[in-house]
Amino acid sequence: MKLLTLIPPAAAMLLAPLLFGVINRTKAWLAGRQGRPLLQSYFDLWKLLHKGAVYSATTSWIFRAAPMTALAALLTASLLMPFGHVAAPLEFPADFLLFIGLLGLARFATVLAALDTGSSFEGMGASREVFFSALAEPVLLLALATLVRQAQAGGPGSLAAVFQRLTTRVHWLHDGPILALVVSALLVVLLAENARVPVDDPQTHLELTMIHEVMVLDHSGPDLAFIVYGTALKLWLLAALVVGMVLPPVRAIWLNMLLATVGMGVTAVAVGVVESVMARLRLALVPQLLVGAGALAAAAFLLGLA
Amino acid sequence: MLTNLILILVVLSNLKLLASSRLGAAIRVVAAQGVVLGLLPILAHREPLAAHALLLAAGTITLKGVVFPWLLLRAIREAHVAREVEPFVGYSASLGAGVLILGISFWMCTRLPMPASIASSWLAPVALFSIFVGLFLIAARKRAISQVLGFLVLENGVYTFGVGVTSRTPLIVEIGVLLDVFVAVFIMGITIFHIQREFDHTAAAPAGDGKD
Amino acid sequence: MTLLLAALALLLGGGIIVLATSRPHRDWSWLAAGVVVVAAIVGGIPAVQVLAGGTVSTLHWPWAVPFGQFALGLDPLSAWFLLPTLLLSALAAIYGAGYGKSGAEPRSLGPVWFFYCLLVLSMVLVVLARNAILFLFAWELMAVASYFLVTVEHERPEVRQAGWIYLAATQVGTAFLLALFLLLARQTGSMDFTVWAARGIPAGGWAAVLFVLAAIGLGTKAGFMPLHGWLPEAHPAAPSHVSALMSGVMIKTGIYGFLRVLTFLRTPPLWWGWTFIGIGMTSGVLGVLWALAQHDLKRLLAYHSIENIGIIALGMGVGMIGWSTGSAPLMVLGFGGALLHVLNHSLFKGLLFLAAGAVLQQTGEHDLDRLGGLLRRMPWTGTAFLIGAAAICGLPPLNGFISEFLIFLGALRGVALAPGAVAVSLLAVVAGLGLIGGLAVACFTKAFGVVFLGTPRSESARTAAEVGPAMIGPMLILAAACILVGLLAPLAVATLPRVLTNLTGLPTAAIHGGLAGAVGPLLAVVTASVVLLVILGLLMLWRRRLLSRQVVATGTTWGCGYAQPTPRMQYTASSFAQPLLSWTSAVLGGRRQLTAPNGYFPAAASLHTQTPDPLHPDLYRPALDRIGAGLARQRWLQPAAVQLCILYIALALLALLIWKFG
Repeated sequence: MKLLTLIPPAAAMLLAPLLFGVINRTKAWLAGRQGRPLLQSYFDLWKLLHKGAVYSATTSWIFRAAPMTALAALLTASLLMPFGHVAAPLEFPADFLLFIGLLGLARFATVLAALDTGSSFEGMGASREVFFSALAEPVLLLALATLVRQAQAGGPGSLAAVFQRLTTRVHWLHDGPILALVVSALLVVLLAENARVPVDDPQTHLELTMIHEVMVLDHSGPDLAFIVYGTALKLWLLAALVVGMVLPPVRAIWLNMLLATVGMGVTAVAVGVVESVMARLRLALVPQLLVGAGALAAAAFLLGLA
Repeated sequence: MLTNLILILVVLSNLKLLASSRLGAAIRVVAAQGVVLGLLPILAHREPLAAHALLLAAGTITLKGVVFPWLLLRAIREAHVAREVEPFVGYSASLGAGVLILGISFWMCTRLPMPASIASSWLAPVALFSIFVGLFLIAARKRAISQVLGFLVLENGVYTFGVGVTSRTPLIVEIGVLLDVFVAVFIMGITIFHIQREFDHTAAAPAGDGKD
Repeated sequence: MTLLLAALALLLGGGIIVLATSRPHRDWSWLAAGVVVVAAIVGGIPAVQVLAGGTVSTLHWPWAVPFGQFALGLDPLSAWFLLPTLLLSALAAIYGAGYGKSGAEPRSLGPVWFFYCLLVLSMVLVVLARNAILFLFAWELMAVASYFLVTVEHERPEVRQAGWIYLAATQVGTAFLLALFLLLARQTGSMDFTVWAARGIPAGGWAAVLFVLAAIGLGTKAGFMPLHGWLPEAHPAAPSHVSALMSGVMIKTGIYGFLRVLTFLRTPPLWWGWTFIGIGMTSGVLGVLWALAQHDLKRLLAYHSIENIGIIALGMGVGMIGWSTGSAPLMVLGFGGALLHVLNHSLFKGLLFLAAGAVLQQTGEHDLDRLGGLLRRMPWTGTAFLIGAAAICGLPPLNGFISEFLIFLGALRGVALAPGAVAVSLLAVVAGLGLIGGLAVACFTKAFGVVFLGTPRSESARTAAEVGPAMIGPMLILAAACILVGLLAPLAVATLPRVLTNLTGLPTAAIHGGLAGAVGPLLAVVTASVVLLVILGLLMLWRRRLLSRQVVATGTTWGCGYAQPTPRMQYTASSFAQPLLSWTSAVLGGRRQLTAPNGYFPAAASLHTQTPDPLHPDLYRPALDRIGAGLARQRWLQPAAVQLCILYIALALLALLIWKFG
């Protein structure tokens, strides 16, 4: 394992909470507000880590183990995602399957913790979470399978190999429309999996309408810090997926890093813009949105075949 | 290259049409599709621009992009048609069916002999796709206006095929124009008879309860 | 072979002795369980030897049945199915001995153990048989023995009915199987499997007929989707250790039989693979959706067996496509994933049924919505169920992920390299597996969450206690096996080549070449799993350190400021599944009876939901009646609306084009 491969996970772990800051600043700027400091998420995490915790009398060890399990799964996932055309420490053919599996494990743990509280609000959030992510998972797979096909890497390559071939070999002018379809499908997955507008509103405070936020209502202290940090990591990793397939590589590593970081920033700004200009969809329309994203990915695959 | 972009836009607009629940939005999508397709005769051939191609483009854009949508929107307003599409087949299921149809169209075109001069390998499949989506929309939606839209999409498919696959101004395009005229008549029919929902109100009674 | 015969004799003798000696109030359960365990160990030795590279042994005795011969053989394919059969039989027997003792009614357990031994015996015979008559004999013995086990509680009418449905379904399957064997015998002039395998059936018309007969006859036992009607009836009716055995290994004899038939038929055409992908998608997606709709834990698990059979069918479909397109990696990964999933499913489904049985025994509740909070009362059972649930959802680092990973790898290889239509069909496998996995997470978070988490929703759940060690032990062994197969995945895969050579007839080099593409990724997966566990451990230590300096308080669950939550306010299984079910109601159907609360001081309100399976055997009759009535009126072809008319035209056009270009 080369030392260089430690850069992607290190970047993910250090910079992930910054994305929240960027999104928040974008929204504030578009609304003509000052906005909170860019580094506020770090302050919040620090504070949460040094607080005590309150546990509901209903809960069992599942509730205590779940935030750690989810975070461990996401940290492991961060060892799989390349960044700025530097391969991740764990790189192997079809590594994205493990990536998706780890996201599933994190979700499994979070949902069980929500059900452990015996609260109907958290049950409601859990129910929606499993529904929407069950639809998001095949979309993600369809999009990645299309990328694998387009990359023509002689089999199911690793994420790094697929990115490398996509950004160097594929002719953007010719195959651009296909890749644009995949990117839009991936962006929908990113918004849905990270519980952002138009699927879920991270700012809302009405328990009846929330999805992700309502599931973690009862966590406090370090547990909540783990969950918030995990959410940031998940956003970072899925954004890195989109950025990785779009940004072409350049010679110098540091320049690649810089470009990729800027790319992540742009993605965060895009999320912020979407949140500023769109309302949340009715819950009944979310499945339709995800099916539509799946249709885009499938159409991209078919167009790529002909 | 630009042809491919146009064809992708056609595919996307068809998918959007399958998923949209509002009549007004659907009409605008069909209008946009008409405008995009209007550019096809100019781009689809490598020969120097002919006057008839320009004429065809101008005619198509005016007719499909401006006149029909305006007529249809007016029809909605005048006939006080409710704005919902009222599907027989739900939107998500329609989208799924759309992907399936797309796959079948592509598969069929691998079996079809194609002229070597064709501008894009996607032309024929996308044309077939539009035809089948049009038929699907006619069959799967309740409102008369959606059926007119389905018919327009179907006609767009025929047009794509005609303009893209054959090189000289062909008979098939003329037929397309004739079908356009039919649509115009159809729309007039709606405004005049104020057909609210299904054809059944003016056509035969549903066979289920008739004792004939 | 001697050891195997000894095991068979032990099972038969032990069964008869227990039947002859047992009376009500006198318990010979431990003797019977001991016999099964010893037989399993004795029989397991040759199976392990064969898988490890030992010689393939056969045995031929004359048998006084026309065309029959007592021909047994143990090749790697048989050994692969034999091993989980014996393991689960032994564990379920130990569990059963603990389970039966605490039964309330004074019932003689002799017949139960007799038929249990007979069931194990017949399953062993099915995978060993090398003669068609012997195979059919064992197949029928298996059906009869399991029928009597399903109807143990025959005083309950629904159990009797489930038994009849099961018997009818399995007989229909056998009829197809009989036709299959007769045709094969006509083609080759022998009833011997070795002759069939050596001669082979050339591709063409007869092979297609044989394929369809095998898919129906053996698919009925396996529970392929349109033929699954008996499965959700029979599994919940049987005692739990028998359900574990039936769901964990008995339905796999259908898969075994099909793979065996495949060795006779040789190179399958492309459409066989597509048929299996279709079956797999239908069984997988609809199986898990119906599982989600169930209110009874054991019925839920039964539907999940259909889902997992669907995953196995997807793997076989990928393998068959590889076979017909001549791609060794596709073949190896597809069939390898399917075989590994057979093993994995027997581990975690056995575990889940045993845990469900423990819950049922302690609470007496069938209804999910009356359970809850059992993790505190039954910590071992709950933890075992949790591991099984995570494994069946295909989550890393457990075993379910490994077998699905192999199938995914095969399908993705095809997606990347295969030409048009083949690539699209494999893309469907990729998306389908993803959807099945996502829905399985929905279903098992529901099952585990509602049964084991939160607070008890009924008195019986509140007073439940942990079961005895005889029942916990087998569950923990199975849970440990789920973890071990996950962490030792490369080793598990290393046992596959001999089975695959046996199945596909490919040269060993090609098999190893195909698997080589999977070994590297699997090693990396295992590394990641270890890393995951290490990170988890570090986080635990860190959290403990963080909290040791702070106040840790206990409160009530947040309820918008309401401080007196009751168990009845919890989210129920029905409400958890409702959004998904209502979204898919066009496919699933479903009935609901709602008495809505009304007025300022509403009286009692109620909501009943039910999602009946349209393929339930009972429901065939009204459907048939309706078809008859419809035909009598002879008017159904007349289009009811213009839309329908145009739909006919569109469909006709589509069919015409497909036919023309196809």
